[in-house]
Amino acid sequence: MSSDSLAIRAERLSKRYLLGERRRYRTLREALVSAARAPFRPGRTEPRETIWALRDVAFEIRHGEVVGVIGRNGAGKSTLLKILSRITEPTSGRAELYGRVGSLLEVGTGFHSELTGRENIYLSGAILGMHRAEIERKFDEIVAFAEVERFIDTPVKHYSSGMYLRLAFAVAAHLEPEILLVDEVLAVGDAEFQKRCLGKMSSVASEGRTVLFVSHNMGAVTSLCRRAIHLREGCVYEDGSSGRVVANYLAELLDGGDEDLARYRADGMGKEARIVAARLLPPDGRNVLFGDPLVVELAVEAEQALDGLSVGSSIFDVAGNCVGTLFTRETFSSAPGFRVRLNLRVAGLSLAPGLYQLGLSIGRGGQHSGRQDLDIVIGRPAFQVLPIASSDETVADWQRTWGSIVIRDCSLSVEGRERR
Amino acid sequence: MTVSAPAAPLVIEAGTGRLSVGFRDLWSYRELLYFLVWRDVKVRYKQTVLGAAWAILQPLLTALVFTLFFGRLAGIPSEGLPYPLFAYAGLLAWTFFAQGLTQSAASLVGSANLITKVYFPRLVIPLSSVFAGLVDLAVAFPVLGVFLLFYRHRPGPELLCFPAFLLLALLTVAGVGVWLAALNVEYRDVRYVVPFLVQLWLFLTPVIYPASAVVRQLERLGLPGWLVGINPMAGVVEGFRWSLLGAPSLTPGLLAVSVVTAAAVAVTGALYFRRVERSFADVV
Repeated sequence: MSSDSLAIRAERLSKRYLLGERRRYRTLREALVSAARAPFRPGRTEPRETIWALRDVAFEIRHGEVVGVIGRNGAGKSTLLKILSRITEPTSGRAELYGRVGSLLEVGTGFHSELTGRENIYLSGAILGMHRAEIERKFDEIVAFAEVERFIDTPVKHYSSGMYLRLAFAVAAHLEPEILLVDEVLAVGDAEFQKRCLGKMSSVASEGRTVLFVSHNMGAVTSLCRRAIHLREGCVYEDGSSGRVVANYLAELLDGGDEDLARYRADGMGKEARIVAARLLPPDGRNVLFGDPLVVELAVEAEQALDGLSVGSSIFDVAGNCVGTLFTRETFSSAPGFRVRLNLRVAGLSLAPGLYQLGLSIGRGGQHSGRQDLDIVIGRPAFQVLPIASSDETVADWQRTWGSIVIRDCSLSVEGRERR
Repeated sequence: MTVSAPAAPLVIEAGTGRLSVGFRDLWSYRELLYFLVWRDVKVRYKQTVLGAAWAILQPLLTALVFTLFFGRLAGIPSEGLPYPLFAYAGLLAWTFFAQGLTQSAASLVGSANLITKVYFPRLVIPLSSVFAGLVDLAVAFPVLGVFLLFYRHRPGPELLCFPAFLLLALLTVAGVGVWLAALNVEYRDVRYVVPFLVQLWLFLTPVIYPASAVVRQLERLGLPGWLVGINPMAGVVEGFRWSLLGAPSLTPGLLAVSVVTAAAVAVTGALYFRRVERSFADVV
């Protein structure tokens, strides 16, 4: 294949999903459960019965290009991969793929826990589209890559999760398609495993194969891909060099603090009482030094006099995972025609350096289960935790795989020293 | 990596309305079919004490119960054959049908994790359930030989036709199985319908009684006897008995009608499946 021939062409690809009954959140807990699955989708108001997961997406990818696809949850990244790998059909539009396509949408597709490692290599290989002869040829290589030689005839249900992942990834990594579609595979496993996956991915890329790579890991996208496509609300928002697209994407996550909060409001919320403004208090409104308290300034309006209102808040990481949730004990009251200004202060939270978004709710009633939410806004404000340059080496070089919380309150003491 | 000639691109677009079973695609995934059958067989009797013996026990114990209640107590005729022999031959076909039907109906929903993660011709899934049933049939088959020896019954040259009836059985199971599998994705009611359907269908099929008994009733009413064949399983069961035991009640008319209905069910099933499979990944 010549390197400048076309590998993928997408023309006005669109996918519409029918929604079931319109969702109404009765409790914050429900909202959070759903928010954890697709945190930034409920923010937009979508009372209609359908949702366009993709809308008129068009691009061309040449052979040998490695392209990262980024965007918030619900921006259509996974839908795009599912259409290109023929799992689901587009509602309209067209795509052409030149060459053998392999897709890797999860690690361990088709693995069966009762079967042995050996059996699973054949089964999973066949499911991913490899021929028997091909699997036989690569068998030893796969086993060696996964480092499971000793357990190859043990049912995988007895494997440790690390072994299981390694074997599953090894099978997938030895697929040799001309076009490889990869989704978030790197989101699982330990740091060691992720490093292996990235290593394998970059070797695949350097072999001149075409790769479309969906990820929330901006570091991986910039290091593996020269080009990136930013999807936003189902459309191609930006398409260009990965460094630029990623930088703009991150900047945008933080920016737009003055945007209308209504875009982030959960369905059916904000009727009796509404959060009308929410911003981070430090003057520039987006950066917090590691270890510093987080102060959010809120403004709430209500149509009537309400007592016993309280604030709830969740912190989401850049991948949309909920890091933690708080409910304030203090309450406030509202009156028609008045705007209540509040400061929410969160201290003692060792949030690791990185990007975060807040979810905010106004509710009344009991502390937890009895609480009734009047307004929920998820996705704003967004902020960045900056490491302190000098004091703590570990924090300055924090790795994503270590999680979002720096556990600082820990100690180690020597209790004795005895001769063995 | 092999350098392939710049082949025609793979084109993805919304359904164009042209319907086909997609045999070529299916054929290129035959190895996957093989591996899925092999997985089903391998996993099915894991952690069971009796293992593959279940494949024998089910038709055998059923034949025993039928013999006691229908052969002895009710005195149902069996075409001059020993009733246990008569019942077991019919039950071989019936068990294959009932199992294949139940397994394939649940197969797509049970494979949701595959369907939403990787592409392959979706027909492979219900078909693999059907083919896995062949293995059970092969395990239960030798017991018939034991029956034949015990009753000193020697099969005639009709035995040569047995593969044709096995094919008819496959076609019937695949047809009904594919219909139910596709329906089950959208309408989970199918799960509740299947056990009921299998039970009713058993009584509509000449497993307990010979087809000739129903044919006689129909003719007395002035209706043609081949109507029995509208149930394709009638042709299958009677065909099994005729080819394996030389039972006389299989008529060409009945067989022809069964072949036609089995083919019709299979073709419509495959086409319906293909029409709705586009949305499987979104619905399942």
